[in-house]
Amino acid sequence: MDEESLLLSLELASGSGQGLSPDRRASLLTSLMLVKRDYRFDRVLFWGRILGLVADYYIAQGLSEDQLAPRKTLYSLNCMEWSLLPPATEEMEMQTSVVKGRFMGDPSHAYEHTELQKVNDGEKVFEEEVVIDKAVAVIPRGALVKTPFGPIRVNRTFEGLSSSEAKKLSSYFHFREPVELKNKTLLEKADLDPSLDFMDSLEHDFPKGSWSIQMERGNTLVVLRSLLWPGLTFYHAPRTKNYGYIYVGTGEKNIDLPFML
Amino acid sequence: MEDSTPLKQKIEHQELGETRRPWEEMETTSQDPEPGLSEASESEQGLETGPQSKSSPPGIPQSGASTPVDDLVGPGVSSPPSPSQEPSSTPSPLALAAQDLMAPWQSDNTTSVISEAGTAHFDHLEQSSDKEESTPHQTCQSEGNTFFHQSQQTKCHLYGPRDVSYNNSKRKELRFDIFQEDSNSNYDLDQPESGASEVAPSMLEIAIQNAKAYLLKSSSKSGLNLYDHLSEMLTKVLDKRPENAVDIIENVSQEVKMEHFSIKLDTLQNENEMLPTYEIAEKQKALFLQGNLEGADQEMEDEIAEHSLPNVMESAFYFEQAGVGLGTDETYRIFLALKQLTDTHPIQKCRFWGKILGLEMNYIVAEVEFREGEDEEVEEEEVPEERDNGDNEADEDELPRSFYKAPQAIPKEESRTGANKYVYFVCNEPGRPWVKLPAVTPAQIVIARKIKKFFTGRLDTPIISYPPFPGNESNYLRAQIARISAGTQVSPLGFYHFGEEEGEEEEETEGRRDSFEENPDFEGIQVIDLVESLSNWVHHVQHILPQGRCNWFNPMQKSEEEEEAEAEAEEEEEEEEREEPDYIEQEVGPPLLTPISEDLEIQNIPPWTTRLSSNLIPQYAIAVLRSNLWTGAYAFSNGKKFENFYIGWGHKYSPDSYTPPVPPPVYQEYPSGPEITEMDDPSVEEEQAFRAAQEAAVNSTEENEETEEDGDEEDDYD
Repeated sequence: MDEESLLLSLELASGSGQGLSPDRRASLLTSLMLVKRDYRFDRVLFWGRILGLVADYYIAQGLSEDQLAPRKTLYSLNCMEWSLLPPATEEMEMQTSVVKGRFMGDPSHAYEHTELQKVNDGEKVFEEEVVIDKAVAVIPRGALVKTPFGPIRVNRTFEGLSSSEAKKLSSYFHFREPVELKNKTLLEKADLDPSLDFMDSLEHDFPKGSWSIQMERGNTLVVLRSLLWPGLTFYHAPRTKNYGYIYVGTGEKNIDLPFML
Repeated sequence: MEDSTPLKQKIEHQELGETRRPWEEMETTSQDPEPGLSEASESEQGLETGPQSKSSPPGIPQSGASTPVDDLVGPGVSSPPSPSQEPSSTPSPLALAAQDLMAPWQSDNTTSVISEAGTAHFDHLEQSSDKEESTPHQTCQSEGNTFFHQSQQTKCHLYGPRDVSYNNSKRKELRFDIFQEDSNSNYDLDQPESGASEVAPSMLEIAIQNAKAYLLKSSSKSGLNLYDHLSEMLTKVLDKRPENAVDIIENVSQEVKMEHFSIKLDTLQNENEMLPTYEIAEKQKALFLQGNLEGADQEMEDEIAEHSLPNVMESAFYFEQAGVGLGTDETYRIFLALKQLTDTHPIQKCRFWGKILGLEMNYIVAEVEFREGEDEEVEEEEVPEERDNGDNEADEDELPRSFYKAPQAIPKEESRTGANKYVYFVCNEPGRPWVKLPAVTPAQIVIARKIKKFFTGRLDTPIISYPPFPGNESNYLRAQIARISAGTQVSPLGFYHFGEEEGEEEEETEGRRDSFEENPDFEGIQVIDLVESLSNWVHHVQHILPQGRCNWFNPMQKSEEEEEAEAEAEEEEEEEEREEPDYIEQEVGPPLLTPISEDLEIQNIPPWTTRLSSNLIPQYAIAVLRSNLWTGAYAFSNGKKFENFYIGWGHKYSPDSYTPPVPPPVYQEYPSGPEITEMDDPSVEEEQAFRAAQEAAVNSTEENEETEEDGDEEDDYD
């Protein structure tokens, strides 16, 4: 969620129950402003909170002008001091996928695994965050527009989805580089609008039904929750510009999803 | 007519580029209004020069028009109306336009004086515009139309660039509308010349007309035509004046297209879409209004006296400090819904238990305890047990008897005890009616432990799972609520204590006490202590045994009675063959009010996480407890007060992935014996041999001759 509209976003995303306490909220507002200035980001998003056993990680992301460029991730334990997470290497990705279990909350905590090397808790946090972000960061259709020169920009004429569009999964995209777009048939591609439909839609996510879409507050708010990564909540108020997502959870994938549907 | 020749000439020798020049000059010079040019025509290329709001009309291309002026002076078209009478269709529109603009222009523009020079200019302008005739026409698009009417003055200078665009783009048909609206009806606006004497520019004009015709062609799909669309687009852009208009022009185009439809269906769409929103709002409005019903003082006193309604807002405030909560206004609505619940049902105690998320809708759960003696309707009796068909033994002596005995169904606990101590009400959204959940049976709990399913939000959804769940979603929900309560409802040590009357009576059966009450002498525990040590918290809900109940039920008791009954009738063999053990071990669970430090760890993860709500202001912080086993269960305490809350999907956490149980092996139902054991059918030879042997045995007593005959007969059968 955008740090500019943090308070409103938190209020709208509160349907899932997990939010932020007042002191964290206050610290976030001030510290994110400073982060934006120091790192010269175009936009700063508060990504969410990973619940650890000892302490929680608060994660923020910084975006540059091009919205789809790789984002920088920062973490903090107290919402005041933010540190940049190191970029991940493939090695680390492999390692973290093997290490199971909950996060400790201590960035220097080292996990041991018989086969592979030790992984730092901090690295693990980053990995998980990247994985989750790639999997379930959501953005509504029309919010970003592709310019003819390439960079993706925020669409200033985006006024929100209509109420009927908001209930369909096809109006939401993954906020990442498209993966499946090339695999579409020519017929499907013909219907797409190249300036708006340049990301993967949610409706082809596998397994089918891994998103729960609900209207809350009497149809004035649409909430998407991911069932594959429980804790990810995306909200959007139709016909307004408000949208955002937040992850509050343990950072673990729900592998039992096929049994649970 | 008069102008036609000079016009022709003008057109002939002036190239398009040249004409551009004069137009541009016209812009810069502040001349008297050239009405014709002041047509508010934005060229499709976004004549930026257009939006210059000059009070004075843009200059006529005097300089450029010098040549034509000379030419035109001859014709001496000094009067504006003259051009209008030009028969040529091509020049006429422009002329008409010029005239139209001229007339209102004159009226509007008080500052501008149409001097003779201006007239001359006008003439020449006319003519030059004539030669461009298509230009003004074409540029007088729909936007021009509106613009024209709106702000003729400001647009008058547009004709310059219009000129340019005219040359470049194919224009649609001139907006004769403009002329029509302003000018008299005697204008001949149609394409076909009304006596046009144009000959030379015919090629050009034809091309222009073709272009216009093309632009005006309606699309077969949508019924729009490009000319109209472009006009509307440009109108919109000029109205709104956005930044970087060229970047968003596609979006503008889309919006214009969409507006076509929205206008027509607006009322219908709004009706349909808004209804669900309004429904909920109406229902919730009822919540707010109920306080006004019969607002007598008596009721107020009653309400205050009963205080069965919990102070939800206070608990919500504390939970918010911990970062858990539903948002203030949503919580308030839930508060009102709870009030409605307590008003309509005779409730002793009520608590907001939490919220369970579902796929389509969520559940808001209230934990309720009815007043004494006010229990609701009697629930149906379930079939107690299934006995095998021992009674029918006598009739069916041919069929082997199965000695399968279904395991005895364990009866559910009485209400107000054990797992059914509280009654739960759920609703999907505050404002909707509350639904009472049925009591939970041990079988449901046992199976709920083995499956893991998402809730859909509708209480009557069947649960399709293996092992098959006895019930639908309301039962599953109730079972999960019971499990969560048993696992995560905690309170500070000492808040509850056992009643003093409990004595040795209870120890006979299980040694467990299952009732407690508030300790009036509770003095509170330091918050720091609550955070540091888990032994300061205790469970105040009974643990559910593996059997599915809180108080162990011995299934053998009943069967003992049955045994006695049968012992007389049956032999003792049956008892021995029964596969149930004669003695079932009593299941024991941790007693009530056990500290949670005794909870089992989950693979080296502590079962609870404790936090101070705020590290910055510790003196007013509260202790927050979070369960790692049931993700979403929270408890807080500030030393004196405490509360539990659940918000989540309603599932237990397990570090290993869920594995569905394997179906059990096939049950040995029948005693194996020759009657039911499968054997191969004998082949023909074997049959005959057997028969022969039999008959041999039979006939061996008889004479030998007969056996020979039989043998012949047998041979025949081969």
